[in-house]
Amino acid sequence: MTEKTDNKVELALEINDLTVSYREKPVLWDIDLEIPKGALVGIVGPNGAGKTTLIKSILGLLKPVAGSAKILGLEIDQGIKKIAYVPQRGSVDWDFPATVFDVVQMGTYGKLGWFKRPGANEKNLTKDALQKVGMLELAHRQISQLSGGQQQRVFLARALVQQAEIYFMDEPFQGVDSTTEQAIVELLRELRNKGATALVVHHDLQTVKDYFDWVVLLNVRKIAAGPVLEVFTEANLKLAFGSRVSLGE
Amino acid sequence: MFDWLLIPGLGSVLAGTAILGFLCGTLGTFTVLRKQSLLGDSISHACLPGIILSFLIFNSKESWVLMAGAVVFGTLASLVVLAITKYSRVKEDSALAITLSVFFGFGLMLLTWVQRRPDASQAGLARFLFGQAATLLDRDVYLLAAIALPCLACVLLFWKQFQLLSFDRSFALSLGINVSFFEILLSILLVLVIVAGLETVGVVLMSALLVAPPVAARQWTNKLGMMTFLAGLFGAISGIAGAIISNLGKTSIPTGPVIVLFISAVVLLSILFAPARGIVWQFLKQWKESGILQLDSVLSNLCNLAKEHSGKQLGHSIAMLKEISSQPAGVSKSISKLREMALVFEVEKGFFIPTKKGETYLLNKTSQMGGSQ
Repeated sequence: MTEKTDNKVELALEINDLTVSYREKPVLWDIDLEIPKGALVGIVGPNGAGKTTLIKSILGLLKPVAGSAKILGLEIDQGIKKIAYVPQRGSVDWDFPATVFDVVQMGTYGKLGWFKRPGANEKNLTKDALQKVGMLELAHRQISQLSGGQQQRVFLARALVQQAEIYFMDEPFQGVDSTTEQAIVELLRELRNKGATALVVHHDLQTVKDYFDWVVLLNVRKIAAGPVLEVFTEANLKLAFGSRVSLGE
Repeated sequence: MFDWLLIPGLGSVLAGTAILGFLCGTLGTFTVLRKQSLLGDSISHACLPGIILSFLIFNSKESWVLMAGAVVFGTLASLVVLAITKYSRVKEDSALAITLSVFFGFGLMLLTWVQRRPDASQAGLARFLFGQAATLLDRDVYLLAAIALPCLACVLLFWKQFQLLSFDRSFALSLGINVSFFEILLSILLVLVIVAGLETVGVVLMSALLVAPPVAARQWTNKLGMMTFLAGLFGAISGIAGAIISNLGKTSIPTGPVIVLFISAVVLLSILFAPARGIVWQFLKQWKESGILQLDSVLSNLCNLAKEHSGKQLGHSIAMLKEISSQPAGVSKSISKLREMALVFEVEKGFFIPTKKGETYLLNKTSQMGGSQ
């Protein structure tokens, strides 16, 4: 498990005693977590383990009962500007009147201030991001006409536009085709190589070792967190998932 | 000032209803996209007790006095809904229904009581139930404009925030945008717009003028800007049409129901006939596609037969094709269509073979299918 990191390692994320509950039922219990900068982190755990809740409460979308989080050493309200968030695909209505371009451009709104409208600079950023996820040709397509994989690429592009240092992705691999899955993995690696950090809620245990270099095993409590090779063990998985799960190796 | 039409006063009535319709359509777009149509309904019904109480307390029937009471109760109702959903386990739809009935019931009780009082000063309060555009005066129009201008200015100024908030609230939060501020602003605008329309449309049907124009507009466009504008336009047209129709003759039907019937007709036409999203259009498209599929399958059958029997037989008859087709009834028609397109050739009377063009056509089709998965 993670030892107390000295100041040598720069932390992307630091969480202390985070507890979140829905009504009286705890969803996350006393989570302490330190994520080093530049890590590709998979957040893994059974259904209802609080994976999405963890991301949402760090972002301030949910109010924790107790605990605090620091992003790159900053408090949430400052640190949030360093984060790009990729929500679950199913969290929005894809029949909303907008094109692919419109949605991706929304990623630029955070830095625009109250009254400014997106200009040439924002449009270029949008096009670059669309290019990176291979959706430039579909820029003017209505979003209701996208496949699941294409919707996910749109959400990724919207996050890329933010040029953030930390990426929070909620199940980006859920229900996408294998080409898109590979494209997302490539993109994640590219981001890491540029020094960015990514926290990814992930379901498929088989691919954890290939995709991530860090892993957080969660089941209401933090079961384990650390480099994949150290932490992603049969014993820890049994603790997180119960006895039925194996790595299938 | 608005007396340029033949009937005195009609000018201000038309101007008033047009402004109101445009305002409702524009703001209603965001109400509909944020799935808050029912909140509008609860707020408008909840305004009734506010109007009557205002009249009782200030003993005045000035529009703005009554509107002030309506604003107070409209806001109160939306806060009650918010509180119920936040602090109890009652779900939002139930909270909306409870709030609507309690406030509206209270309003009806007050109205009945006021009407039974011996003096005649209360006359005309009942028009707030179903609306009466005929009573709009010049100064009412100015008041409407004074409400409409800042509301529309907000929509223009905060366009990107409203768009983002309507599409993806949690993403807006993650951008550090002050979501609660804009949600409160949208709620205030909603209350203002509803209150502005009460005299013309009435508390009972007010929400229809908010919801129907955006629903119709969505059918015609995939762009939020265009949708907002079209909704405003549909609202304005319905307002004008409603005012004219309800003022025809001496009967003076309440304006609200007429406006609502008119805009409902627009909605119905849009749902049926709008290109791409309209039901009729989609039906036609499906029908056309199934025709092409039938055509392709007949051609492919013919190609397969020709391959299997190459050299032995010159061509194949319609009867033969019917035997192996899943829809035998359409085979003759497809064959004549295929002949028109020069994809098949009649080698002998009643016997057909695919042409070179037909074979390449089919090859292209199958490779396209493979490409798009």
